[in-house]
Amino acid sequence: MEQFIQPINLIAPSLWVPLLPLLGFFLLTFFGKQLKSAGPWIASLLVLGSFLLSVYLFVNLGNKQSLDYDVFTWMHWGEVSLNFGFLIDPLSLIMLLVITGIGFLIHLYSIGYMHHDEGFVRFFSYLNLFIFFMLLLVMGNSYLIMFIGWEGVGLCSYLLIGFWYTNDAYNDAAKKAFIMNRIGDLGFLLGMFFMLFYLGGLDFATVLSNAAEFEKGAPLLVVITLLLFVGAMGKSAQLPLYTWLPDAMAGPTPVSALIHAATMVTAGIYMIVRSNILFSLAPFTLEVVMWVGVATSLFAAIIGIKQNDIKKVLAYSTVSQLGLMFAALGLGAYTSGMFHVVTHAFFKALLFLGAGSVIHAMGGEQDMRRMGGLWKYIKVTAITFLIATLAISGIFPFAGFFSKDEILAAAFHHKIVWVLLSVSSMITAFYMFRLFFLTFFTSFRGTEEEKHHLHESPWTMTLPLAILSLFAIGAGFLGMPAVMHMPHWFNGFLAPVVETSKSILGEAHHVDHNTEIMLMLLATALAVTSIVIAYVFYVSRKTVPEPDTETKGLAKWVAKKFYIDELYNAVFVKPMMVLSDVFHVVIDKLVIDLFVNASAWMVGFTGRTLRLVQTGNTGFYLFIMVFAMMVLLLIQLVQ
Amino acid sequence: MLSLLLLLIPLVFSIVIWFTKGITSRAAALVGTLVQLVFTGYAYNVFLAEGSKPFEYLYQMAIKPNLVFHFSMDGISMLMVLLTNLLLPLIVLAGFNRFTERANVFYSLMLLMQMALIGVFISFDAFGYYIFWELALIPIYFIAFNWGGQDRAAVTLKFFIYTLAGSLLMLFGFIYLYTYSPQNSLDWAVLKANPICSCEQGWIFWMLFAAFAIKIPIVPFHTWQPDTYKTAPTQGTMLLSGIMLKMGTYSLIRWLLPIVPDGFKEWQSVAITLSVVGIVYASVIAIMQRDLKKLLAYSSIAHVGLISAGVFTMSRVGLQGSLTQMFAHGINVVGLFFCADIIMNRTGSNQVEGIGGIRKVAPRFAGWFMVIVLGSVALPLTNGFVGEFMLLFSVYSYNTWLSVFAGLTIILGAVYMLRMYQKVVLGDAIIENMQFEDLKWNEQLVLGIIGVLIFALGIYPEPIFELIEPVLKTLTP
Amino acid sequence: MSELVNTSTPQNWYLLLSTLLFSIGVMGVLIRRNAIIILMCIELMLNSVNLLLVSFSAYAGNTDGQVFVFFIMVVAAAEVAVGLALLVSIYRNLGSTDIDVLSKLKG
Repeated sequence: MEQFIQPINLIAPSLWVPLLPLLGFFLLTFFGKQLKSAGPWIASLLVLGSFLLSVYLFVNLGNKQSLDYDVFTWMHWGEVSLNFGFLIDPLSLIMLLVITGIGFLIHLYSIGYMHHDEGFVRFFSYLNLFIFFMLLLVMGNSYLIMFIGWEGVGLCSYLLIGFWYTNDAYNDAAKKAFIMNRIGDLGFLLGMFFMLFYLGGLDFATVLSNAAEFEKGAPLLVVITLLLFVGAMGKSAQLPLYTWLPDAMAGPTPVSALIHAATMVTAGIYMIVRSNILFSLAPFTLEVVMWVGVATSLFAAIIGIKQNDIKKVLAYSTVSQLGLMFAALGLGAYTSGMFHVVTHAFFKALLFLGAGSVIHAMGGEQDMRRMGGLWKYIKVTAITFLIATLAISGIFPFAGFFSKDEILAAAFHHKIVWVLLSVSSMITAFYMFRLFFLTFFTSFRGTEEEKHHLHESPWTMTLPLAILSLFAIGAGFLGMPAVMHMPHWFNGFLAPVVETSKSILGEAHHVDHNTEIMLMLLATALAVTSIVIAYVFYVSRKTVPEPDTETKGLAKWVAKKFYIDELYNAVFVKPMMVLSDVFHVVIDKLVIDLFVNASAWMVGFTGRTLRLVQTGNTGFYLFIMVFAMMVLLLIQLVQ
Repeated sequence: MLSLLLLLIPLVFSIVIWFTKGITSRAAALVGTLVQLVFTGYAYNVFLAEGSKPFEYLYQMAIKPNLVFHFSMDGISMLMVLLTNLLLPLIVLAGFNRFTERANVFYSLMLLMQMALIGVFISFDAFGYYIFWELALIPIYFIAFNWGGQDRAAVTLKFFIYTLAGSLLMLFGFIYLYTYSPQNSLDWAVLKANPICSCEQGWIFWMLFAAFAIKIPIVPFHTWQPDTYKTAPTQGTMLLSGIMLKMGTYSLIRWLLPIVPDGFKEWQSVAITLSVVGIVYASVIAIMQRDLKKLLAYSSIAHVGLISAGVFTMSRVGLQGSLTQMFAHGINVVGLFFCADIIMNRTGSNQVEGIGGIRKVAPRFAGWFMVIVLGSVALPLTNGFVGEFMLLFSVYSYNTWLSVFAGLTIILGAVYMLRMYQKVVLGDAIIENMQFEDLKWNEQLVLGIIGVLIFALGIYPEPIFELIEPVLKTLTP
Repeated sequence: MSELVNTSTPQNWYLLLSTLLFSIGVMGVLIRRNAIIILMCIELMLNSVNLLLVSFSAYAGNTDGQVFVFFIMVVAAAEVAVGLALLVSIYRNLGSTDIDVLSKLKG
């Protein structure tokens, strides 16, 4: 790409990318009342502004050069100084485009979706704040700035999950999300301390260049990467820290689409790709990442089969897809993982927004058992939803096919992983079509009142659906498999970010073209089989999932999510509460205060005892005095 | 002379306020603290303009040759004086929409307290330092005793005796140092230049540390604190938690570290362990606290535990982090107690459970409360994060495992703070027909200032670093 | 100095006398019940010490001891004044100076 603007001149525009949403947040928070209904539009337009600026940066920077600058020194002591600075390179650019692009569409969608809510303006101020922190996360030039965004998006997630704050169950979900994220954050923080102590800084340039000095498998790097991965587990909802994400569906649906599907939860993947050199140098961690990813992918997919809440299914599918991405990272296929992040962002946002549109039409009902036959009532939603479902199932030529295929191809040399991931994507295709058929096919199962209420959503909601479905169809062509003899644009664009890792990991296991075609066909065949099974079950036989009370045996375990929440409750939450009371009542009030009160009692006791000496008899006093003097004299004499 | 003036202004106003009545008293108190604040601002400017040269003032007493009042202000003192004089107007303003009995005595004591606190922060001679240290106890005792809540007699007595016992040990320590210092002097510079034989520093350390540990308080010397915080009137609690406990942490840096460096090193591991255990211990207790003010009291113990752990690492980052965090914690904790006070005043309940629904009726209050809660759970870009990051890093540099343990504070802090916030502010109102007005002008002002400070210092902490860095260079190797 | 005192008299005699006076004083304090007498006995003990001081001063040829005696006499005079005043007041209130009656300070 021909360069016509010096990078230095891009600093100001790049600063405005995060500042615009921040401005929106302040405007809406302090002048929300005065702005009235213009507020949400302003918020959306500011995000659109960020998007346009991102495009501007993208066009001018390309992947040949990057922008890395410090704004001011944030903290410093002795020789150490930690700067507040930004880095715009191919990786950040991709994330910038995804965040602001999808972010804008979801803002637009929310104008329709949240219109009747009394917290309409507040909702947009939080969304803008989220966009700001998310941009900070991907634009920071050091782990510290990334951490600001990292915790900031956690805060926004907290605020938005608990958006309807009068409902205590929602508040619990919000609190749970924040606290589970904090557990991960502690790992991240400790990882940063290791880097600061041993690698001499926190900015990516220093850390990564110093890390490259270490030999492969150095214990220090393994520790650092494992700690960072703990952070990623929390943020990206991997085993065992995933339970907050399904609960997070308590938030308004656009929030689930933006935060808990498209952007925030992929922060862990972004972070690992950003520090790919560290991870490549720590093969053990890669192994851990891979297995955690595979396990999460399979585990969440299984739970997804038995969920009846339309958003819960999507939530578990998100967890499962994130697992798939981590598996890709663990296999060293960083760009493939990133590619799936992008395609997933499109089709999962589309799925959530579609689900939102369904819920909107149903007047707030989320249980699939009460839906059905919606196809003819809400055509636009249904068609876009079908596109997204095909995409996530990995049917050619939708976006998910390409990115999934890449990951499976990368896993092929590792047979067990490949089998497990294939099974997981087969299950994905099954439960996604189960969701689709239950919602849109057969006949309507809700009440008459709901049936009367059914209507297609306003244009602000359907337009984003349409745009996103275009991407869900087309985004896959950004990364054509080698067998099609087309340039893989996505890998090419990200090449500078991962080139060091490539040389560390050695040549990737390339499958030859015949195998690759075979793999594609196999994957498609599996997906189609799943779809057919789902069709037979839910359309031909018109099966409707039984009420919760009638679920039995293994199915009940699955429906109850393997009782993981209950387990955590019993193992961590309850003991902590008991411990709290024990500390307070036993140790504080009994043990420590025993000493305190004992010393006070000692003083009192001494006083009470010595008081008896005061007989009030002056003669006795005199006698004691003389006697004591004589004793003293005697002592003097003896010495 | 500037330092002496800073001492005299509150004293003069304290005397003047005594002779006023009712509403005039608190107006006079506000004027007094504002004058002091403006003057502090001037002193701060002069200080920076003169290149951080300490303001020296020496008053030679004729009675005994080397007992002097030596006032001086270096960067650390300046920071603490700024904190004190910044918080005092806010604390006075916090009481503006309510009736205080015998307001003239109340505010007079408050300004006396201010004087004593500043005296502690600017004394560079242990003699004067000790006098101010004890003087600071007197007004707060009367404030807690006369305007306090339930059980105030027993609670304040415990508080008074407890801290007094600590101070007594400190006095012994100083007398011992006095007799063994070469010129029979207690001047800070002299004591620092002529450390006592390291064989004796161990127990001198404990003599002084006992006083500081009680004041801070470090677990297990803390049992006076939750009850006192609960019982004292909220403005008194603000004074206690916002400024008075900083006397302890400040003294660790000012007196303990330079004067008995070897003793400090000898007992470093014990003291850090105590502090870190205290963090987790207090945080865990805070999770299930039923009383709002006691919950905040335990959270305060957890926070200052981290501060003292940072001091005991004896590293530059630890000291810098602890001073930064002292400033931040002072602001946050005053805000938290103010919010608690507003809640207790309007609902008449001091329980964590059984309120709820405040956000619906008072969104502005809920918003500012949230900001302060975020500052106290150390969210990045709030003032709590800067200090906590540096402190945890200093503990990490000292011992990795200890930092894992200390790091639990970021998890547990979120647990108890968010639980409290959820129970009290969110949800539906549990109290029937709850009357909860949104913020009044003075409350809005106080919380607004605190909120702005939380973000300003979180984004740009440089002014604090600028003050303390030159001093810390001389204190650490 | 030496001609002022006949040093041929052994100093022991002075010591003995002073011990005797002191013992009388102690016994008086211990045995008698009348507060005035006790006060007198205390004076006696003081004076025995004075005697001792003077004698040592003389034998050692050093006047410091005698200076002290003047001090003690002044202080004793003051003490007697206060003590007698107290006794007068006690007598007025209680009608007695018996120390067994004065047991208000019993703990």
